[in-house]
Amino acid sequence: MTSVVPRLVEQFEHGLDAPICLTWELTYACNLACVHCLSSSGKRDPRELSTQDCKDIIDELERMQVFYVNIGGGEPTVRPDFWELVDYATAHHVGVKFSTNGVRITPEVATRLAASDYVDVQISMDGATAEVNDAVRGAGSYAMAIRALENLAAAGFSDAKISVVVTRHNVDQLDEFASLASRYGAMLRITRLRPSGRGADVWDELHPTADQQVQLYQWLVAKGERVLTGDSFFHLSGLGEPGALAGLNMCGAGRVVCLIDPVGDVYACPFAIHDRFLAGNVLSGGGFDNVWKNAPLFRELREPQSAGACGSCGHYDSCRGGCMAAKFFTGLPIDGPDPECVQGYGAPALAQERNKPRPAGDHSHGRRSGPVPLKLSMHPPVAPQRLCNESPV
Amino acid sequence: MRGLLIVSAPAQEPGAGALSPSGFDPDHAWRLHPQVAVRPEPFGALLYHFGTRKLSFLKNRTILAVVQSLSDHPDVRAACRAAGVEDARQGPYLHALGLLAGSNMLVPVEPKEAA
Repeated sequence: MTSVVPRLVEQFEHGLDAPICLTWELTYACNLACVHCLSSSGKRDPRELSTQDCKDIIDELERMQVFYVNIGGGEPTVRPDFWELVDYATAHHVGVKFSTNGVRITPEVATRLAASDYVDVQISMDGATAEVNDAVRGAGSYAMAIRALENLAAAGFSDAKISVVVTRHNVDQLDEFASLASRYGAMLRITRLRPSGRGADVWDELHPTADQQVQLYQWLVAKGERVLTGDSFFHLSGLGEPGALAGLNMCGAGRVVCLIDPVGDVYACPFAIHDRFLAGNVLSGGGFDNVWKNAPLFRELREPQSAGACGSCGHYDSCRGGCMAAKFFTGLPIDGPDPECVQGYGAPALAQERNKPRPAGDHSHGRRSGPVPLKLSMHPPVAPQRLCNESPV
Repeated sequence: MRGLLIVSAPAQEPGAGALSPSGFDPDHAWRLHPQVAVRPEPFGALLYHFGTRKLSFLKNRTILAVVQSLSDHPDVRAACRAAGVEDARQGPYLHALGLLAGSNMLVPVEPKEAA
């Protein structure tokens, strides 16, 4: 098996003519203000794509045979045209999985969702108890998520997903999450905490410790068969035999996945909302198909990547250097170890002086009080960072 | 000759027998589940089942040709032969097709349908 799988992964690393799936943040508006929000969501961006813009994108995804989109935000269901867009996508053979905090999953909506084969729902929950969850997602958010799960279960919607970002504080609750999922006829989906968006501010305190990474890996190997991971823990694959973790275990950024943001900007992946990973815009860039196929950034990502400092590590074939976005937003070199490298190479790298890039946009509800920093160009312009421009020695 | 297929997740129903798909009879007619979409790729194809939301990868163009022509043939072996896979070489193909059947990507054609 191992002799065959890498060949397919190599194919994927060269990119496909269309993404396998893509993430589409429909709005930056959100009723919550989770401390680790990847997209720093809160307030709606006035340049948000119109309903017609969105339908044009769906038409293009249908032509490209993109099987499904992962719709998120922000809280996507607060867009007044959300259900119209979901219906339009599924009528055009683009399946929809959407992530929600549950705010609009009323009994009526749940009934409607249960009637469609082409819509999948992910309820975000970052603690199996209100105490752990609400510390990250805000007061009342646990009750809101549970109510949504109850409504879905009562409507007969099967296999909703409980979507959990694994943190230092909930990694001990994985069994409880699994019980919650089975209680509501749902499936558990767990993903990696990234230092993206507002997550950059809390990553140091929230990301699982080295011991917890091992614990997480062992839990996935022992109990992960029915657990979805969005392929997000490939940085852990060096902890055991190749293939022990389900999934392709590769970074798909710009190769098999990407992100469309609420204003139509296309980024390499959902965890990389930053100018460095901006490939183009669907409105000004000749449409999504053109951006996907021809953006210089995506072409660059589909070239063979340098293993850099990881080249001499015996586990490089397993983890492929880990997550590009995790490295970038913690200020580590792209061609060096992942900040959560299981061989321990991340910790000393994190201990050194780092220059953490700021996320591209902050849509948070007015939170920053105090003096407003003037936008004088105080920083010397940073030389454009290229993925492979650093000497591997 | 292993590895014509990667199934992204285990078959939906435990016990459906992903490894020994006992319900899969290659002397019978099978076809793609109506909710399965096929996207040809240079390496083979992607299959996506909108009902189970499972993604699978066909890893060469021959298995793709077999899958796409299943409904044109009275049984699976005939579809393989038509794609240039002689009976003696059909083992890995039948195995892969059995896995697809186990994850509900393929469904048996009802006798009256086969006409």
